[in-house]
Formats: sequence, C-alpha cells, structure tokens
Amino acid sequence: MTYSTEDMARRAAREIPAGAIVNLGIGLPTQVADYLPEGHAWLHSENGLLGMGPFPFEGEEDPNLINAGKQTVTVLPGGSTFDSAWSFAMIRGGHVDLAILGAMQVSAGGDLANWAVPGGKVMGIGGAMDLASGCRRVIAMMQHTTKKGEHKLVARCDYPLTATRVVSLVITELGTFEPTGHAFRVIDLAPRVTREHAEGATGAPLI
Amino acid sequence: MMGKHANKVVGSIAEALAPLRDGMTIMVGGFGLSGNPEALIRGVVERGVKELTLVSNNAGNLGKGLATWLKAGIIRKVICSYIGGNEDLHTRMASGDVQVEITPQGSLAERMRAAGAGIPAFFTPTGVGTVVEEGKEVREIDGRRYLLERALHGDVALVRAAKADRFGNLRFWRTARNFNPVMASAARLTLVECDQLVDNGAIGPDDVHLPGIFVHRIVHVPEHENAFEYRTVRKR
Repeated sequence: MTYSTEDMARRAAREIPAGAIVNLGIGLPTQVADYLPEGHAWLHSENGLLGMGPFPFEGEEDPNLINAGKQTVTVLPGGSTFDSAWSFAMIRGGHVDLAILGAMQVSAGGDLANWAVPGGKVMGIGGAMDLASGCRRVIAMMQHTTKKGEHKLVARCDYPLTATRVVSLVITELGTFEPTGHAFRVIDLAPRVTREHAEGATGAPLI
Repeated sequence: MMGKHANKVVGSIAEALAPLRDGMTIMVGGFGLSGNPEALIRGVVERGVKELTLVSNNAGNLGKGLATWLKAGIIRKVICSYIGGNEDLHTRMASGDVQVEITPQGSLAERMRAAGAGIPAFFTPTGVGTVVEEGKEVREIDGRRYLLERALHGDVALVRAAKADRFGNLRFWRTARNFNPVMASAARLTLVECDQLVDNGAIGPDDVHLPGIFVHRIVHVPEHENAFEYRTVRKR
C-alpha cells in the first residue's frame, strides 16, 4: 500500500519545526499547510506575503490577496506584505528556513529538475530557481515514477536543472528518501511497500 | 522652467501615455492579473505604439491584462519569469512573432532593483549550474559559485497603486504591490494609476510604501475590474 497524497502531505508536515519560515511550492506541496497545527509555522509566498493563512471564506475573497499560484488566500495576524525584491531577498538571503517543492527529477546527488520537460511546452522558471538555491533546506515532494513508469529518482537528472545539490529529502508515495551523493538512503517506506519494489522504481542505488 | 516633480497629476490616460514611442522598453507591474494598472494597459493599445519590449512577470493570463498587447501584436520581446497557462504568449512565442527571455523571478526583481539603485550588475547564486548560467560570467566567492546578472532598465514603468498623493508617494494593497515599486525605480518615466488620490500630507511620511521621487505622472482611476485568476474559497 502506497502513501496517498494526504499521507505525503502529513509526512512533509512532520519535517517543519515550530516557528519555521516555510515556502510551499505550487501543486502537491500546497496541501502540506492543511496538516500544520494552527500557529505552528509562518508560510511565505514569493509574490510578497509572509504569514499566509488558509483560503478565504466564500464572499471574503480578494483578487489582490493571492499566493504564488494566484489562488485567493488570507493573511494571518502578524502577517505582512512586501514587494518582489524584498520577497526574494528573504529567499536568496537565507531567511526562509525550508522550501517544499514539487519535482520532475531528483538525483542521488541532490540535483533538482522541476521547471521544464525536454521537448515539452516551456512553462517558465518563476521562483523555482531562487527558492531551490536560496532556502536553507529543500524537500522535494513528488510521485516516485512517471505515469509511464520512468524513474524520477535518478543517478543523474537529464531534465533541465533548477539547482544543483540542494535537495535534502524526497517524499514520494513509496516512502521518504535522502540523497547522499551516489545513492538514496531509505528513511522510511510506506506500509507494505517492499524494499525490492522501491529499488525497482528508483534509478539509483538505495542504501 | 519647471522641475521634473511639478504638476504630476494628469487628467487622462491618453495624456499620461503621450510620451510613449515605438520600440520602447515598458515595465508593467502585477503578478498575473493582480496589481495591474488596468486603464494604462488598455490605453497603450489605444495609443497605437508598437515593437515594444515588455517587462512583466507573466505578460497577462486568461486573455486579460497584458495578453491584450500580445493579441494586438504590439510586442516584439517579452522579459518575464513565468508563462504557465498564458496561451496568448505560448502562441506568439511558437510562431516566432515574439521573442521571450525567461529570467528567474528573484533575478528579474533584483535586476530592476539594481537598475533603480545605480548598480550595473550583481552576483547571484540563482541559476548556477542551469541554462540560466549560459553566456554569463561565473565567479567563485568564498567557496560558492555565483553568476553575474545585469541591471534591467526601462524607458517607462506602468504602476498600479491603491493610494497616491499629489507628489506621487504611494501605498499599495496586499499582494498587489509585487513588482510595482522596483519597476517604478528602474524606469526613466513612471506612470501611476491610483485607485485613490489624496492631498499631500494625507499619507504620513512613515506610511509611504514608495516615495514620490520615483513617480512622474499620476492618473486617478477609481474603478477597476480586479479580475480573479483562481478564486479559491472554503466553506464556513
């Protein structure tokens, strides 16, 4: 039995220390917020918001209060808004403790590829490169393989890179893995996922 | 003779946009459709200038905002960080009508901040070891590799503010602030569209988000569409 996306979000939430400043990437990582106790951490959104709260109640949404995915959000007491240069000074300057980001490929050396598929439509970089190279810790949250069964945890990324040697932990539906250089260390496996199953689904050695 | 900072408030969008010329580099504030100077954006299409270089994080979306410039065929080049689902930009890029330079979002902001602050270039860790590094100087400083990004200057910045006084001191609302202040500082001519216009003194000096030194013309536009891109809500 593999982890559901809710399980993965719950697992990722356990990596967030109390009082941390955290940036949650667009997509899967956004769900991590649902598993954080109220007031546990400060969420940063790179479009210029610190202290981001949940989606607004119906009728209270403001088109000029959004997250980086351009969804309407709220701001918590103690929160602040600021311009893009300040926002990325926070990121690049190492003031954001943790980024949890989606990924297309992660290498055993911790390289991250999450902005472009070779031959695919160019979607752009957005804040991905700044977050990956600037935040003090980077966790990747992703499906373990592609829909076609191709490896996404690999020895070497062949997708365009976002940053090199930055990922410290990978959370997938099969478990939690730590890039160590030439291999992924198994931190935990989902219930009834065998080591053989995880090995077959990974493009680099497991230790 | 009048100084650059006399009589900034103008009566119409057309008057504000009169200095625009073909081929200019125009910076436009906003993150997607949030914080857009909507009337100035519409006015540029009506003004009839073309061959523009547009600096914007997204160049519009959902056919709205700056996507109308793409549809009108007045853009030659876009400098942005993200395209995403902006089909108008995908179409113009694929056909070769519009050249697109994609810059990491933080480097885009900092390149304009640097331009406004008189810094010609800066070293950043963002993009090292990626395609962004191609053609750029790389230097190792204290054991870490950085690449050199150059300042990004504009001819004109179009800015949206929640409140302006007559000198051009500005206040912004929530996340509508985004790129607006750095663009105002990076352009030679900054045109502001404000929801609310107040007399000097009505914004306390400690409450100013962007000092009026970066602002040259102000148009009062009380009504805005403020389009939603993704309206996400929870039940009570």
